[in-house]
Amino acid sequence: MTENNFSLKKIEISVSEAEKRSGRNAVNMQETYTAYLVETRSVEHIDGQSVLTDSLWRRYSEFELLRSYLLVYYPHVVVPPLPEKRAEFVWHKLSADNMDPDFVERRRIGLENFLLRVASHPILCRDKIFYLFLTQESNWKETVNETGFQLKADSRLKALNATFRVKNPDKRFTELKHYSDELQSVISHLLRVRARVADRLYGVYKVHGNYGRVFSEWSAIEKEMGDGLQSAGHHMDVYASSIDDILEDEEHYADQLKEYLFYAEALRAVCRKHELMQYDLEMAAQDLASKKQQCEELATGTVRTFSLKGMTTKLFGQETPEQKEARIKVLEEQINEGEQQLKSKNLEGREFVKNAWADIERFKEQKNRDLKEALISYAVMQISMCKKGIQVWTNAKECFSKM
Amino acid sequence: MLFFSHFLQTSRGEFDSSEFEVRRRYQDFLWLKGRLEEAHPTLIIPPLPEKFIVKGMVERFNDDFIETRRKALHKFLNRIADHPTLTFNEDFKVFLTAQAWELSSHKKQGPGLLSRMGQTVRAVASSMRGVKNRPEEFVDMNNFIETFNQKINLIDKISQRIYKEEREYFEEMKEYGPIHILWSASEEDLVDSLKGVAGCIDKCCKATEKRMFGLSETLLPVVHEYVLYSETLMLTEEIGKLEDKVECANNALKADWERWKQNMQNEIKSAFTDMAEENISYYEQCLATWESFLTSQTDLHLEETSEDKS
Repeated sequence: MTENNFSLKKIEISVSEAEKRSGRNAVNMQETYTAYLVETRSVEHIDGQSVLTDSLWRRYSEFELLRSYLLVYYPHVVVPPLPEKRAEFVWHKLSADNMDPDFVERRRIGLENFLLRVASHPILCRDKIFYLFLTQESNWKETVNETGFQLKADSRLKALNATFRVKNPDKRFTELKHYSDELQSVISHLLRVRARVADRLYGVYKVHGNYGRVFSEWSAIEKEMGDGLQSAGHHMDVYASSIDDILEDEEHYADQLKEYLFYAEALRAVCRKHELMQYDLEMAAQDLASKKQQCEELATGTVRTFSLKGMTTKLFGQETPEQKEARIKVLEEQINEGEQQLKSKNLEGREFVKNAWADIERFKEQKNRDLKEALISYAVMQISMCKKGIQVWTNAKECFSKM
Repeated sequence: MLFFSHFLQTSRGEFDSSEFEVRRRYQDFLWLKGRLEEAHPTLIIPPLPEKFIVKGMVERFNDDFIETRRKALHKFLNRIADHPTLTFNEDFKVFLTAQAWELSSHKKQGPGLLSRMGQTVRAVASSMRGVKNRPEEFVDMNNFIETFNQKINLIDKISQRIYKEEREYFEEMKEYGPIHILWSASEEDLVDSLKGVAGCIDKCCKATEKRMFGLSETLLPVVHEYVLYSETLMLTEEIGKLEDKVECANNALKADWERWKQNMQNEIKSAFTDMAEENISYYEQCLATWESFLTSQTDLHLEETSEDKS
């Protein structure tokens, strides 16, 4: 499969395995990490069969590198987020340890989801570095670094400065920023409360398990009640242990919400880029205007604004007409250049807004679909839990009534 | 100072009237219990609720210690009334029918004939502690009581713990639903889904509250009463260690013991069956709520896709 027809052929990507590894890190210290197997399959049109074309191992840090690269090269795209680096919004049972098998498993699914999102994005799927991520195991990191993308990245400070000083950002982006703040805030809150609810639910179920043991011991002294007690106790045990699977399923639901929590940050990144470009444009326009004014002042001899040259002229004498001419010429060149730059910046800015907004619309539709599905799947989980509960307690009731 | 009013209706001939309403204090109940124990040392006297709030216990079953106590006292009197022997006890009758001043003066009288005999029996019993030749049935009873005491105490603790956990779950659930409403404010296209989920959560929350209430009405008081009963039994059992010195006393105890055990089985069975029923009802309510939401969502989905096609 060549790079060119990569995005045209139908492919299947999966992160199928996770493996603990140890090696030496950048400072030559022994460390343990998890490696994930990324498999790519090409689907043949004729018979629909999929053929394994590529298979390689990647660490979480390599996924991070890929994403950082995509952020720099596609600033108008809402870049899909990675699954969380550390377990957050945990309830007491879950380990916050990165090596915990449940966490690794959920991360594996999250990484697969990330790759699928990139592969199905109309623009990102054509990226060469992404293609190499899936196909070139060795030296991929060096290849990415060679693009020099880190240098191209906008500094955080510059971005922050722009955010505060931009005068006329596109109103839609301001609204979008506001929306993404709200999204982040409400999903965080939801996840926190959900974790507490899960913790409490766990407690309710598990305490019932204590009945099992006591009933069993009690049944030893009861002639008539003995059998009923014993079997009721068994059902209490079943009830208590059922919560583990229920909450594991709910964890997947939480992961779906988390993805959109992290998407909020991706939205903000696009807004920041817009603010930066807009600020840049405003600064360029301002600079041009000031140069034009300077030029005008020199040409007409009026000094409306304070300038060092003007002061020194006053102190040390007027400059010669030749000097003046030379300066005007320089300024006129700069003004010309400036006008060209402004024109291209304007164009860039408009292109950016157009493309960004198209991707944001695409994102919105995806979000609405996904969240609706997630809420439905939550309902399905609750239904399953209720049905299990009805069954266990019906059995228990029968045992009790036979006592 | 707290007065409990009770209203007595009777069809029995020995009462002067068929309806009485009197006020009693907790210490009046204590007095009555003491008199019954003296008069019938070989019978199992029902327990009274604790005088003070027991630390660590779920004090407020229904956020009302007084209400809980009232119900337990009501149970106490009913148990005496249902007992084939105790129901005819003189002190019991006085307790139920006398005005406050009448009861006070009655209390001041010395112990009656029956209770004097009771004192003798008790005295004999304590002198015979550690007697070696115990009848087999009392060995069985002894073993039963010890194990029962252990187990019922554990069950009491577990049941109270369940109540506590359910309450904490309920408290968290109360906060869970509203967040979805908050979220719906910034999501035009998800308003129905989010509000739907919020509604379901709120309904389940109410169902949990109902379940908790049910637990506190049926299982908890019954189990707790049997904890107190088992403490009573540990004492009464001492009497059972008598040899056939007090033959009729043994028989009375044996009969009462059988009666008590039968009652206990019925009541425990009933209490747990009720608890199971409460849980079934809870899950059925929640199931209906979520299924209704799911139907509305999938119907909407079908509508939307058919709109897209047209």
